Amino acid sequence: MSYDDLIKEYESKLPGRLIEDFRKQAEEFNLSKQDAKKVLQALEKKYIESKINPGEAIGIITAESFGEPGTQMTLRTFHLAGVAEANITLGLPRLIEIFDARKDISTPTMEIYLKKDVKTDEKTLDKIISKIKEIKLEEVLKEISINIIKLHIELSLNKSRLSDLDLTEEQVFKTIKSSFKNCEVMNNDGVITLKPKAKEVTLSVVYSLKEKVKSTPVKGIQGITQVLPVKRKDGELLLMSSGSNLSKVLEIEEVDATRTMTNDLFEIAKIFGIEAARQAIINEASKVIQDQALDIDERHIMFISDAMTTTGVIKGITRSGISGEKESVLARASFETPVVHLVNASLVGEVDYLNSVIENVLLNQPVPLGTGLPDLITHMREK
Amino acid sequence: MEKIYKKVDNITFNLLSPKEIKKQAVAKVVTAELYDKEGYPVDGGLMDIRLGVIDPGLRCKTCNGKLKECFGHFGYIELARPIIHINYVKVLLNFLQCTCSECGRILLDDATADKYRQKMEKFDRAKNLSLFRKVAKLVKNNAKSVKKCPHCKAKQVTIKLEKPSSFFEDQKRLSPIEVRARMEKVPDKDVYLLGLKPESARPEWMVLTVLIIPPVTMRPSITLETGERAEDDLTHKLGDIVRINQRLFENINAGAPEIIVEDLWDLLQYHITTYFDNNISQIPPARHRSGQPLKTLTERIKSKEGRFRHNLAGKRVNYAARTVISPDPKIAFNEVGVPKEVAMELTLAVRVTEWNIEYLKSFVKNGPKVYPGANYVVYEDGKKKKISPETQEQILEEFRPGLIVERHLIDGDISIFNRQPSLHRMSIMSHRVVVLPGKSFRLNPAVCAPYNADFDGDEMNLHIPQTEEAQAEASILMDVQTQIISPKQGLNIIGCIDDSITGLYLLTKRMTMSKPEAIKLLLSIGVDKPERFKKFKDKVTGNEIFSAVLPEDFNFIGFTKSYKGEKIKGKKPQDIEGYVLIKNGEMKCGFIDKNLIGGGNGTLLRDIRRLYDEKTSVDLYGKIFRLGIAVLFKRGFTIKTQDADLADNVRSKVKSIVNDALEDVEQTIELFRKGKLKPFSSKTVEETLELMILQKLNEARNQIGNIIAKSDEGENSTLIMAHSGAKGKIVNLAQTAALVGQQALRGKRIEKGFKNRTLSLFKPNDLSPEARGFVRHSYKQGLNPVEFFFHAMTGRDSLMDTALRTPKSGYLYRRISNALQDLKVEYDFTVRDANKSIVQFKYGDDAIDVSKSDNGTIDVRKVISEVLGE
Repeated sequence: MSYDDLIKEYESKLPGRLIEDFRKQAEEFNLSKQDAKKVLQALEKKYIESKINPGEAIGIITAESFGEPGTQMTLRTFHLAGVAEANITLGLPRLIEIFDARKDISTPTMEIYLKKDVKTDEKTLDKIISKIKEIKLEEVLKEISINIIKLHIELSLNKSRLSDLDLTEEQVFKTIKSSFKNCEVMNNDGVITLKPKAKEVTLSVVYSLKEKVKSTPVKGIQGITQVLPVKRKDGELLLMSSGSNLSKVLEIEEVDATRTMTNDLFEIAKIFGIEAARQAIINEASKVIQDQALDIDERHIMFISDAMTTTGVIKGITRSGISGEKESVLARASFETPVVHLVNASLVGEVDYLNSVIENVLLNQPVPLGTGLPDLITHMREK
Repeated sequence: MEKIYKKVDNITFNLLSPKEIKKQAVAKVVTAELYDKEGYPVDGGLMDIRLGVIDPGLRCKTCNGKLKECFGHFGYIELARPIIHINYVKVLLNFLQCTCSECGRILLDDATADKYRQKMEKFDRAKNLSLFRKVAKLVKNNAKSVKKCPHCKAKQVTIKLEKPSSFFEDQKRLSPIEVRARMEKVPDKDVYLLGLKPESARPEWMVLTVLIIPPVTMRPSITLETGERAEDDLTHKLGDIVRINQRLFENINAGAPEIIVEDLWDLLQYHITTYFDNNISQIPPARHRSGQPLKTLTERIKSKEGRFRHNLAGKRVNYAARTVISPDPKIAFNEVGVPKEVAMELTLAVRVTEWNIEYLKSFVKNGPKVYPGANYVVYEDGKKKKISPETQEQILEEFRPGLIVERHLIDGDISIFNRQPSLHRMSIMSHRVVVLPGKSFRLNPAVCAPYNADFDGDEMNLHIPQTEEAQAEASILMDVQTQIISPKQGLNIIGCIDDSITGLYLLTKRMTMSKPEAIKLLLSIGVDKPERFKKFKDKVTGNEIFSAVLPEDFNFIGFTKSYKGEKIKGKKPQDIEGYVLIKNGEMKCGFIDKNLIGGGNGTLLRDIRRLYDEKTSVDLYGKIFRLGIAVLFKRGFTIKTQDADLADNVRSKVKSIVNDALEDVEQTIELFRKGKLKPFSSKTVEETLELMILQKLNEARNQIGNIIAKSDEGENSTLIMAHSGAKGKIVNLAQTAALVGQQALRGKRIEKGFKNRTLSLFKPNDLSPEARGFVRHSYKQGLNPVEFFFHAMTGRDSLMDTALRTPKSGYLYRRISNALQDLKVEYDFTVRDANKSIVQFKYGDDAIDVSKSDNGTIDVRKVISEVLGE
């Protein structure tokens, strides 16, 4: 039986998720038209009863919903997420990281999905991994040494390793040459020499140069230090990386750009836009909450994410983020660094219109929330 | 007394100009002397009574107000030489760097300047201060490095700030006089370009020539027991300033050598700097004679103990009480037991009307010493009279409508009950007062969960809302029954706990009793349903007794913890493990456990709340809770050490499981030693070994747990409690009875300690379970020293974790609540902040209040079965 015409009537009255639920359940119960109508009426009544009260201080409720269970979270930073997966920061530290909107997160990770038609045998995988993983010169060296007399560096390459990585000596030589423009780079029969061009070359300069040379990237994507193949529960193979560089990874041919993810919020905001970043905050926060076996309604997570992204950029919940950009001087001053805020306010003659909560608390006045919201105008009886 | 209510509309922040200071000031302070020989404040001193009074006898010379009537008035001192205001040093530096030293104009040509000015004016009109400031910063960065004034072509020398407050032009120090002279030259339009509004703040005002003196009421002195006066820190500091200022004046007038004048000038700068902020890193803080640093203006405002957070955002109240809490399952969970002593001290103000005059008279007649009496009567003019044997007669004579009686608390009064830390809204709820003997607050154990309270010495606070408005809000919005569903996830936070769950579990699972016994039990908890009792046969089952509590029209389907997810269709309800069916108030099958009536996810309780009104729900909750308690009261229930004794067959099974596991581990290690262990992909061999061992040992413990869980419940109270969900987990019993198991630090076996070994008694690189924190004994058997040590390691680790976590999560909470506190749902269901800019178009996409929902949604299935009447 189809309930489409009934549903149509209620589409504007009930949220989509409820309608979907109803459709499923009605089919399972095999409701008659009459009963279905009655159910929808009951649902609508129930929905109206369950609606939130206007004026509800929903911000505070959300804050409580995170603050109270926050005390139950573990501080343990590292978590072994499975047999072959990498360590990921979870628990309270990760939650703080997300809400602070930190630019340098402690464990950037990517979940790299491959296109469906890409073969997942070991050989092709290795090839893809070698395209992604950052290879430093160090790893393809056979030998590196300092010639103290000539004050230059001599190095030779490990040829078998090179061919494993699909590199040629010529390519490596070129990368070295282009990344050390202030050095004389020469190739004599497989021995590459680097000599600083500066007038006075001391040994210590050469020493520090040697370290620099060793960490020169020769292949792969910058910032990605480790790539591991991981089998998901449904059997699909995906790559987990430590280190994140979304834009470069998406350029790789075999990578499925529609599903590949990173846990770096700012990269997502930059590449996919703020709506994607909003969803990413929700996903990342939910991950932490689920991992800690806490139960927080998704509305609260959505709410924080919306508050962080509503201006079009990711703003952290810090004194330089949301709290620092409040209109009211007193609201900012009562949070952190009051003197700075008062001094700056005095320079431009800022006016505080007392629109938000905390200023009115400071002044012993009703707050514009809940029962403090409605005003009653009445004519007083003449005496 | 007629009260006048004013509402502040807005507050403007400006910088005080010298002119404004003089205009506001009522007195010029000229002497550092405070009092004369009689102890009377000196005219022109810092305690001048024109600045307000702090002595009860005196009247303010400015407004003629007495103490507490006069708020105080500002004064000023004329500084002998200008002084840099420490909080504005950075702004001054900006101006010095960005304006011409000769002509005072900004170091930008007119065209560029105009371009910036227009931008700033645009942002200014749009009230977008952050963008306004951004442009000003741009101006600053552009003008800073200009070497030649585009207006008068004068060469510019870079100016450096020598912290904290001296400016240097090359090697030459710029005196505040020069700084001020330069600032005066800057025209208003260029002041604006550097991000200041000239009508609010001119740069020369940041070099002080007069200093405003705060009123005496802001810095009251305290009279010590010895009769000595102890002055406030600010008065001390101001005294220093005035003294040095006078000396400087005298020296200048006497024509003292420049060096002496300079020294005094610097000293004055020091004093004024520390007067504003005593925590500047480059200079030593000013101290008391005792060596304790002075608390000056900045310290008064700043931080948790500062004015903002301590006095303004947090306030102290009257009509509050605090004492130890203890449980009382006999009172309803929306009641609070208040000791009589507290009830006689806390009062409620009730206005006398012609309808309640006789009633209130009886309280006054009883006086303050007889309960229920009254402590004060407030007259129409606001005068308060204490009721005492002397005044009682007169008060009764004058007793008339319009007076206010502050009477003792009586049963049914509305109160607000709170336990700190108040982490969520259920930490402050409204309870009805029940006056009880004793000295502690009594509360129903069912509300321990929302308050997170226990009775190991916890104290709680009680507040009595005094106005009708406050009482109405408290009882409509804050009553316990309105807070049953948590807004965190939409589950009931209040439910049966401990004994109540155990009792109902035992009752419904295995108890039957004779008809008289059953009726007696039910009557004892307040269930009196003769119709229902008539239906009882000679032997009454537990389910029948439980059903007697439920309303006749109650239908319910639920699952206990033991439900394994079997398919329901086509099976008899009785045959499904853990399936509970209640039809028309009759419990057909199953039994009760935590999943039905507990906190967190008590499905039965939630259905009751959904189907019936608040009053019925509270009543039912109370009866269900008390039934459980009454059952245990009748039956008796205790845990014993024998609970942790294993049956012989279980013990042998446990032993073989442990031995098998250990042997298995040994073989794995052997394999590893021989280098034959195959690593998991992307793991080293060592890591693989660790993972395998950990997995095997945990597996063993889980097996043991399962065996114990399956063993016969019988009279094993610990097991009964674990199964019913009342208290304790199977793991706890397994650890007490069978083995404690592997101790893990950071998800790994214990590795730390000595080099390559955990303790010196092991051989290096010993990978065996015993050497890596495996505890194979149970708590009851006792741990050997090595096991004990490993166990203590993990115990200590978890203690540290808790200690480090609390402040971190507390700060996160403070930041989130501060960021989100202004967001509210509007009448159109959008969520907006204080400026009415939209954060969400519809709260949570569907505008459903989580605390009115069923675990975050509306359960369509339940609605269907309600409609169909099944």
